[in-house]
Amino acid sequence: MSEAPQSPWQTAKITRIEKRTPRVTSFFFALSRPFAYCAGQHVDVRLTAPDGYQARRSYSIASAPESGATIELAIEKLDDGEVSPFFHEVAAVGDEIELRGPLGGHFVWSDGDGGPLLLVGGGSGVVPLMAMVRHRTLRKSTVPVALMFSVRVWDEVIFRDELIGLDDRRYGLELMLTLTREAARRPSDYSRRIDTAMVMQALARLPKPPVLAFVCGSNAFVSAAAQALIDAGISADIIRTERYGV
Amino acid sequence: MVTRGFSSGRKPPTETDARIPPGQYLEQGFPVLSAGPTPRVRTEDWSFTLKHGPRPIKKWNWAEFNALPLTKMTRDIHCVTAWTKFDTAWQGVLVDDILADAGIEAPTSFLLAHGYDGYTTNVPAKDLTTGKAMVALLYEGQPITADHGGPARLLVPHLYFWKSAKWLNGLQFTERDEPGFWELRGYHIYGDPWREQRYSSDP
Repeated sequence: MSEAPQSPWQTAKITRIEKRTPRVTSFFFALSRPFAYCAGQHVDVRLTAPDGYQARRSYSIASAPESGATIELAIEKLDDGEVSPFFHEVAAVGDEIELRGPLGGHFVWSDGDGGPLLLVGGGSGVVPLMAMVRHRTLRKSTVPVALMFSVRVWDEVIFRDELIGLDDRRYGLELMLTLTREAARRPSDYSRRIDTAMVMQALARLPKPPVLAFVCGSNAFVSAAAQALIDAGISADIIRTERYGV
Repeated sequence: MVTRGFSSGRKPPTETDARIPPGQYLEQGFPVLSAGPTPRVRTEDWSFTLKHGPRPIKKWNWAEFNALPLTKMTRDIHCVTAWTKFDTAWQGVLVDDILADAGIEAPTSFLLAHGYDGYTTNVPAKDLTTGKAMVALLYEGQPITADHGGPARLLVPHLYFWKSAKWLNGLQFTERDEPGFWELRGYHIYGDPWREQRYSSDP
């Protein structure tokens, strides 16, 4: 784990906007000062009003480090938010936004760190995990990965087509979607909250025990999921978490 | 740079604005952040060790620690993820009172706080003493929940909240200012919210 490089504020232009789910939209930013980053890192975004008032939030990078000078942020709209409603309702292609990064040196993975990996995401908590999955794919890594992704309903599965396209045991990626408010759509999926039994089944799909586990989502999700991992026998030492919300 | 279409609708009123450090927003809830799973530490298993380098100076169990003078501290807290929460009310043992009970004055200028999860964070001795910091045992009059660092957490409210180590089990005087967990991973060595010292590259 290395120290974060210098990361001054820079402007980045929105080049593309893509709706992912009813509540999550991806914004693609062309960096004016491109930086190298690791899958799992985030950027800080800063909005400035005409009177000088500023609002700042952190967003995980969804794109892989290999995808060049354009980064993807998948932003969930929070109704009582200040920054996410701006992106969903106001921001347009061509707008320039201030951001700094890359930030965060703990919730990161690169193929050199090895595996197997257990990735556990709740809702938009899948975003930094997606960067890891994409990095693995673009590096043609053979590190076995099991991704457990919990959302309420099928239509909230962010990156659904891409993830299902990558879900192939021959290539070492096991996708386990779990819908907490709908019936499962695929034979390999579930329809309940992530629990110890489900984690045990994820472990059974990996050729050997994971060397690292990453858990990201709301605080309630991460608390419950991390405990399920521990109860499934995974050492707390290899579990890295990232939480958001209250 | 003004952001097209962004207005200051959420700008706090002037009287509270002065209490919000640059780049922070006011949060009513109490978000949880941690780098790993939440350790569940039972008070009967809990202990707190004061060390100078590798050498233990004094160790307290839960009952002994709770017998130390309790102090109330109500402070605004500031998380590096940009939320600020006003008037959080804590009770605990001032670091001054811990040192007094151990019969020492600060032997070096730096400390490392240690947590049950292996977490560490560095704080200068002058920022932990003279009534500035405590080992908190109660939040809003109740035992601190595990998510928020209970049974005991460090409270250094004038620095970004990652300095207020959760699941605390010791303070260690060090000869040099030794970076802790987040300080080794890109966060600022000191972390003053009023100077916006978030990341290692911030002045």
